[in-house]
Amino acid sequence: MEQKKLAIIATKGTLDWAYPPFILASTAAALGYETQVFFTFYGLQLLKKDLGDLQVSPIGNPGMPMKMPFGPDWFQDINWNIPNIVQTNVPGFEALATSLMKKTIAKNGVATIPELRSLCQEAEVEFIACQMTVDLFGFEHSDFISEGVEYGGAATFFEFAGESDICLYI
Amino acid sequence: MADFDDELDASGLNCPLPILRAKKALGGMDAGKVLHIIATDPGSVKDFEAFAKQTGNELLESAEEGGKFHFYMKKV
Repeated sequence: MEQKKLAIIATKGTLDWAYPPFILASTAAALGYETQVFFTFYGLQLLKKDLGDLQVSPIGNPGMPMKMPFGPDWFQDINWNIPNIVQTNVPGFEALATSLMKKTIAKNGVATIPELRSLCQEAEVEFIACQMTVDLFGFEHSDFISEGVEYGGAATFFEFAGESDICLYI
Repeated sequence: MADFDDELDASGLNCPLPILRAKKALGGMDAGKVLHIIATDPGSVKDFEAFAKQTGNELLESAEEGGKFHFYMKKV
């Protein structure tokens, strides 16, 4: 049986949206897929050496439950429906939401992003960083991890994606 | 309970970690050997079926006992 191929385009640079590409890429690799992820625009943040800057924003995201990861059960069940206008006016609101999200992630036995990324690297998932975005955002190659990362453009993406069995835009 | 050669306790871990750990554990085993995986993630029941189907490893047994899920996977 010929090896299946999965191509992913990762375009988002927030803590929550960092999960789908890394979860799918690492799992596909475990299932025997040859996997390549093309990181473009904000997705480039996911290749930074330091992933500590990734944040989650509840602002303008009505789908995001705002629950506390500590305290008694009745307290943890409360969904804090905080209006956007309040969220935008409280300094450090995103940092607070990010820290609560990280606690919730740990509590639920969900892997961290650095962990999932290294699992991808171990499984030889290929990472392609969009060179145009690197230039556009004024990044340096030294800002990014080097293992498993190559730099290229749209044509590089299609070289692999054109032969893929599954292609996802995230 | 079936016999097994190696054991992997993935209790408390969530998707996709039980699958990734199992893949790694199976990688270090000889063909025909059986891996006993313990998990608490309810999603792992369908996931290990799907993993077996796609990788060719044989899922000998899948059972729930005392709030934990037990899988016996024979390496292809």
